[in-house]
Amino acid sequence: MKIAVCVKQVPDATVHKRIDPATKRLDRSGEAALNPTDLNAVEEALRIKEAQGGEVVLVSLGPERAVDSLRKALAMGADRSVLVSDEAAAGSDLLGTARALAGALERESADLVLFGQASGDGDGAVLWAAVAENLGRPLISQVAALSFEDGEAHGKRQTEHGYDTISAPLPAVVAVSDAINEPRYPSLKGIMGAKTKPQETLSLTDVGVEAGSAGEAGAKTTVLDLGPPPSRGDQVKIEDDGSAAQKILDLVVERKLL
Amino acid sequence: MKSLVYLEHYHGAFEKGGLGVLGKAASLGEATGVVLGEGASGIAAGAGAFGAAKVYTCEASELTAPLPQPRVDALATLVENTGADAVLFGASVLAADVASGLAARLDAGLNWDLTDLSVTDGGLVGKRPALGDTVVVDVGWKGGPKIGLVRAGSFDPVESGGTAEVESFDTSFSDFSTLAALTGQTVEASSGPSIEDADIIVAGGRGLGSPEAFTLLEELAAALGGAVGATRAVVDAGWYPYSTQVGQTGKSVSPRLYIACGISGAIQHKVGMQGSGTIIAINKDPNAPIFDFCDVGVVGDLHQIVPKLTELVRSRG
Repeated sequence: MKIAVCVKQVPDATVHKRIDPATKRLDRSGEAALNPTDLNAVEEALRIKEAQGGEVVLVSLGPERAVDSLRKALAMGADRSVLVSDEAAAGSDLLGTARALAGALERESADLVLFGQASGDGDGAVLWAAVAENLGRPLISQVAALSFEDGEAHGKRQTEHGYDTISAPLPAVVAVSDAINEPRYPSLKGIMGAKTKPQETLSLTDVGVEAGSAGEAGAKTTVLDLGPPPSRGDQVKIEDDGSAAQKILDLVVERKLL
Repeated sequence: MKSLVYLEHYHGAFEKGGLGVLGKAASLGEATGVVLGEGASGIAAGAGAFGAAKVYTCEASELTAPLPQPRVDALATLVENTGADAVLFGASVLAADVASGLAARLDAGLNWDLTDLSVTDGGLVGKRPALGDTVVVDVGWKGGPKIGLVRAGSFDPVESGGTAEVESFDTSFSDFSTLAALTGQTVEASSGPSIEDADIIVAGGRGLGSPEAFTLLEELAAALGGAVGATRAVVDAGWYPYSTQVGQTGKSVSPRLYIACGISGAIQHKVGMQGSGTIIAINKDPNAPIFDFCDVGVVGDLHQIVPKLTELVRSRG
C-alpha cells in the first residue's frame, strides 16, 4: 500500500511561542520539531507498511528548513519526503494549506492519506476534512484503531458518546488520534540512513496551485488584533500542610459553589 | 447578519453546544437553525425556544449515520438556497469535520476555537484564544459565508420560549460523500449523574494510581452532589467508563466547579473542561500543566486531601 502522511513542522515544545505583532503570524524562527501528534500518523503508516509492504511518503507544507524536521520522520522509517515550500504560501489559512497539500497528494496518488490528531501550534483539528474534500475522497477522523480488509479501511472513531466503526473504500483519508499507538524512537541506523533518503521540495506551481489561491492572498480569514487572554482572576496556590482540604472547602463556600 | 446554526442532536435531544451558539447568533441578528438526519423534523420546532426564528430539516437516509461528508453536501445546498452570511457550529468531533469540509467546498473562511462572537462595523468578529491561551486573537473573515466553530462551553443555551417555523429541504450528495459508512457503534452506557448536566464535577487522571482510587472521587462527588469525570488516559486503561471521559474525544463540560484530581492537564483534556467556572487542581507535581490554567492549585497528595475534603463536606450536613 502506498501511504502519504501529512506532517508539519511546529515550534519546539520548549520554545516560548509568540505571535509576531507586525505580521500577526506565529514566529517560527526558533527551534523547531515535528508536530508531536503527527508522529502517531507516521508510526501507523510504518506499521501498515511492515504488515503489507508498500511505501511511506511524508507530505508537508512549510518553510525550506522544514526538511530538517522531515528527516526525523525519515529516520523513523519513512521512505521519502515531499515538501511544498513557497514564499507565496506564507500566511495560508485552512483553505490555502488544504489546497497545497491536496495538490502534492494528487501527484502521489497514495492509497491512504494519514493525518495526526491536531497541530501543536494552531491548535487546529480540522485540516484533514478540507483536504479530503479537495481530493474528493472518503474521510474517517479521530481513529483509535485502524485495519484493512478487501480494499477498505476500517476505523474505530472516538466520539463524545463512544466508538463508531466506520468503513471507507481506498483511496481514503484517515486522521488518527494519539491513542492509536506509541511512536517509535529512530534507531541509530535509521538516523544514519535518513541522510540519503530522497527529499523533494516543490513550489506551489509544481503542485498545481495558483499563487493567488494560497498564502495571504488566498486566505479568507484575517487576524484583526492581538490581546492578552482574559484573566481567570488571581490564582490561589495551596501547598498541602494537612490543611488543604479545609482551605478548599472554605474557598468553595466563600465562592458560593455549594 | 443572517446566521445558519448547525444543531447537532443525539437520541432525540439537541446537544447543548449548538443551542448555545444559536442563542448568541440570535443576539447578533437573524438566526436560522439546521437539523440533519433521522428524527430532525420531530425536534426542530423546539429550537425556537433557544432563539431560532426558522429551522431547516433534512432527513435523507444518507444523513442517518453521524458522518461529516454528507452533511457538507446538505449545508452547501442550504447556504446556496438561503444566502446565509455565516454558518456557525458548536465544536464537536463531527462538527469540526463538517465545518472544515464546508469551508473547502465553498472556498469560505473557517475560524475555529472561538470563545466569543460580535458584530463590529457590520462585520462578524470572533475571539480566539491561541498558543495555549496565552494570547487572544480577534479574527475576521474575508467574503462569505463566514464559517465559525465555537469552543465548547462558550455560550450557555438561553431558553426564551417560542417555537420556530420548520421547513424541510432536499439535497443531492457528491459521489465521494457517501463512500464512508457506519458499520458499528459502541455506546458506553453511563451510570450515575451525567457529567454534561452536572454543576460540579470531580475528575480523576493517572495520578490516582489505581482504578480503586476512583472510589475516593465518587464519595466526594456524592457528598457535593456532583458527577465523576475521567481523563482519556484512565479510560483507555480501563479504569473508568468511556461515558465519563472529558476531553477532545469525550465530553466537553462547563460545570460551575471542576475538581481535577491527579490530572496533569494535557491539551486533550484541557479543551474539554476549560470552560468550567472554577477549576481546582490537586496534583503532587508542582510543574503539572494544569497549574497554569486552574483557579486554585493545590500541590499535595490527593489520597490524603480528597477523603478529608469529603468528610468536611459531609459534616456540614
